[in-house]
Amino acid sequence: MYPSRFRYEAPRSLDEAINLLRDGGDYAKVLAGGQSLVPLMKLRFASPELIVDINNVPGLDYHRADPDGTLRIGALCRHVDLERSAQLKATQPTMAAAAPLIADPIVRNRGTLVGSLCHADPQGDWASVVMALGGSIVAQGPDGRRTIPVADFVIGPFQNVLEPDEIAVEAVIPAAKGIRSGGYLKLERRVGDFATVGVAVALEKSGETVIMAGIALTGVGGSTIGATAAADALVGKALSAQTIEQAAGLAAEVARPRTDHRGSADYKRHMVRTFVARLLGRADITAERAA
Amino acid sequence: MTIVYEDHGDEAASEVPVRRIRFTVNGDKKIAEVEPRLLLSHLIRRGLGLTGTHMGCDTTNCGACTVLVDGRAVKSCTMLAVQVDGRDISTVEGLATASELHPLQEGFKEEHGLQCGFCTPGMMMAAKALLDENPDPTEEDVRWALSGNLCRCTGYQNIAKSVLWAAAKLRSQSGGR
Repeated sequence: MYPSRFRYEAPRSLDEAINLLRDGGDYAKVLAGGQSLVPLMKLRFASPELIVDINNVPGLDYHRADPDGTLRIGALCRHVDLERSAQLKATQPTMAAAAPLIADPIVRNRGTLVGSLCHADPQGDWASVVMALGGSIVAQGPDGRRTIPVADFVIGPFQNVLEPDEIAVEAVIPAAKGIRSGGYLKLERRVGDFATVGVAVALEKSGETVIMAGIALTGVGGSTIGATAAADALVGKALSAQTIEQAAGLAAEVARPRTDHRGSADYKRHMVRTFVARLLGRADITAERAA
Repeated sequence: MTIVYEDHGDEAASEVPVRRIRFTVNGDKKIAEVEPRLLLSHLIRRGLGLTGTHMGCDTTNCGACTVLVDGRAVKSCTMLAVQVDGRDISTVEGLATASELHPLQEGFKEEHGLQCGFCTPGMMMAAKALLDENPDPTEEDVRWALSGNLCRCTGYQNIAKSVLWAAAKLRSQSGGR
């Protein structure tokens, strides 16, 4: 399979890339890891006339914390960099749990977190993780930078709010006010498949009291679903069998799964409930593929 | 090298976008003229004639087309050829020397790590990336590293054994502890 014909540019700076995008208009696409875009182009679901490859732009492959604990992930930070990050393991349990579950190891060598967020696939794992953590996207355009909460960033399947001449340059995860815990669980038929069901849970606790909670669901609706009522039900309380059960039920209620080859709607909804309860019942779940 | 481009009939020959790239493949320096939409897998198989890199699914699933770019395993059906400008590619043809098999190839032979052999080049290149970083992997490490490579014959048991065999041989060759 071949992509349709396009012009290719590989700029060496963000300014140059933005200028190219401005001239390319609606028919330009940014290429980072390419692990979603290139397959789409091969299937001709996407036929951009201009590809702006940002892989030669220096200084975008970072993930680092500000002094206050805010985590910044650059547009060329690959999944594998996050999977191997000691910093993430120490400070970001939800992200550390999700990183090894993205696609497969070879795809993780190329694909990027920021690209995954831009791709806005309802089955994308990172979108749930970043939504549960209350993260945002920094977009850079001709007039400078703006920050967009990830919950507002995606407006539909495979659609985001970026202007044609904007590039998502980094993802931002806010600093924790309490002690972080949480995890990501993914039900998949085999490695590399999309999630049948994915659940991200991010908690911050002060003592035993939950002071911040985020729960988001992958693959059980037309978009990433923020289970805000479930998360809100936990805030101000200690985790108990009762609060866990309540949150798990509320999360299952907002799931909008469809019966398909990966399972029935009832089954998927049941798995949402199970995963939320499992994640809340265990402090931290490191990489675990639910089979 | 003669290159033929598809004629869409709606543009002059001079308008077909072509880029000249320079790269290294298995230690040999190359210069190629490619259309940007050419996939790395096609550059390797058709442009360079290195048909050891197999095309399986062509949809980023199976890993048969795995090669190393700057030492890192990538699915060559999911990277544009123009993107290897200035980079170093290793394919399965680069493993053996004129007189000797690479320990990975020996391992797959000794432990019967292949049946039909279609997935094997990708398996070997993914395994090479693993062993270059981790000379003493556990079976779990091997299975994890190869989880992006599909094999429909073996059930993976012998593939894992083959890679562990190669790891042991490589360690003994380097005077391992």
